[in-house]
Amino acid sequence: MKELVRIAAGQGFWGDLLEAPVRQVEGGPIDYLMLDYLAEVTMSIMQKQKARDPNAGYAKDFVPLMRRILPACVERGIKVTANAGGVNVKGCANAVRDVARELGLGGKLRIGIVTGDDILPRLDEFLSRGIELRNMDTDAPLSSVIDRIQSANVYLGAWPMVKALRNGAQVVITGRATDTGLTLAPLIHEFGWGETDWDLLSAGTIAGHIIECGAQCSGGNCQYDWQSIPELENVGFPIAEAKADGTFVITKHDHTGGRVNVQSVKEQLVYEMGDPQEYITPDCVADFTSIHVADAGPNRVRVFGIKGKPATEFLKVSISYSAGYKAVGTLVYAWPDAYAKAQAADKILRRRLENLGLKFDQILTEFVGVNATHGPLAGDPQNEVPEVQLRIGVRGPDKSAVERFTKELAPLILTGPPVVTGFAGGRPKVEEIVAYWPALIPKDNIKPAVEVIEA
Amino acid sequence: MKVQLRNLAHARSGDKGDTANVGLIAFSDEIYPILVREVTAERVKEHFRGIAKGNVERFELPNLSALNFLLHESLGGGGTLSLMTDAQGKTFSSALLRMEIDLSEDEARLIKLQP
Repeated sequence: MKELVRIAAGQGFWGDLLEAPVRQVEGGPIDYLMLDYLAEVTMSIMQKQKARDPNAGYAKDFVPLMRRILPACVERGIKVTANAGGVNVKGCANAVRDVARELGLGGKLRIGIVTGDDILPRLDEFLSRGIELRNMDTDAPLSSVIDRIQSANVYLGAWPMVKALRNGAQVVITGRATDTGLTLAPLIHEFGWGETDWDLLSAGTIAGHIIECGAQCSGGNCQYDWQSIPELENVGFPIAEAKADGTFVITKHDHTGGRVNVQSVKEQLVYEMGDPQEYITPDCVADFTSIHVADAGPNRVRVFGIKGKPATEFLKVSISYSAGYKAVGTLVYAWPDAYAKAQAADKILRRRLENLGLKFDQILTEFVGVNATHGPLAGDPQNEVPEVQLRIGVRGPDKSAVERFTKELAPLILTGPPVVTGFAGGRPKVEEIVAYWPALIPKDNIKPAVEVIEA
Repeated sequence: MKVQLRNLAHARSGDKGDTANVGLIAFSDEIYPILVREVTAERVKEHFRGIAKGNVERFELPNLSALNFLLHESLGGGGTLSLMTDAQGKTFSSALLRMEIDLSEDEARLIKLQP
């Protein structure tokens, strides 16, 4: 058994720094690279892509990344866990296999494929068996939106990935798996943790939580003393150096920018936190009130003392459904009286929309430079603010009403208050809203499948 | 004396659906009990009046010298439904740091206020 396992985070979300995973592989010793690609609405985008092209439906960026790093990974024995498979895990795995063969790595690489998360074809079966998949926030039953559903995926945990690693997979590709599972699975595999080692499973989960947002724990978006954080242009992504006893150190490669300290780690620990004693994953329930963090030298933070409880009998389901249309547009008003002009323009636009008989579920006006982020907390704006951006958005079920709104904004330039600009981008785009429906399902309904293929 | 929270703590915020969370982290362990005393769920609800439409929950993390607040119904429907610039509640962190709390003279001396 290894004494220390180093897990490096390479992507905090789909669209994060493309160079980050390459630098994690090239910048120093690591054992695993974990890559999180899936936001809550990503699956629905992938479902649409797959409907148009049966070979699509996964994180396309993952394949060219593998082309760049696979030779080094194979040479140095670095393993990869990634939820890049989206709704076409096999398609993604086949693409990686093809790349490996092109690189002359045929026979030197095994790819693990974890499926079973996609329950879109089974929704009718569940509803007919009385599994209502009620919305966790609103308590509405899924049947109320059943004709508008675009994707439905269960969050799988670490154990199917562990099985793939045990079967020799060097690259493990999943669909909808938890971000934390991508870090926890390698630790279970390397240290032989058991299914009821709740404290250890919670420790691995919290290590995953700290690094899953990439540089957000190593100096990025850090409020504490932000001005002194060095060299963010070359920010080092985080690495968890874990031991079998469930303690770990958060660090980053030498010669990188950013900063790992107690404050940067604490900021990430509280990110998107609910009840800190009930951090629920498929693998365990972690207790954030048990976490201790301590300075362990420059850019090193030791994390220890973590406790956990047994996993629940449920898995979380992420369902997406079509929920109408929206559009957001902006105009910029200049000094003098910039705020008053923007407010006047908003009134004129709203009257025109009303006179046209257009109906929306919501019209939202924000004045960027005055109140768009802190609302009334920002206080009264100075009379002489140099400029204000009027930002107005509408949403509703009627696409034609939203479309008409997008055509009413530009006319304000010649038919509204003076000294206005900022319309070079053209009309706002009408977007279909794909909304998120969180639900729970009893675990025994879900059977994850694990397959390992040879490159 | 009145002090803005930005002189005592740092913060990070995020979203879960239509709920924003704000984690408030004391600059030092000595400051934490003051936050526990002053930054109550009621005061935070009052602070975010007109922004947080639902109730406000508070959780204590003495191990991190931090408090976690959940601000329900505060993100315009949340996620893709929201029309807000800050649909993910990312700027709620510094919005909380605007809050002013009362310190005794002793407490003010005890704490090395950040500039």
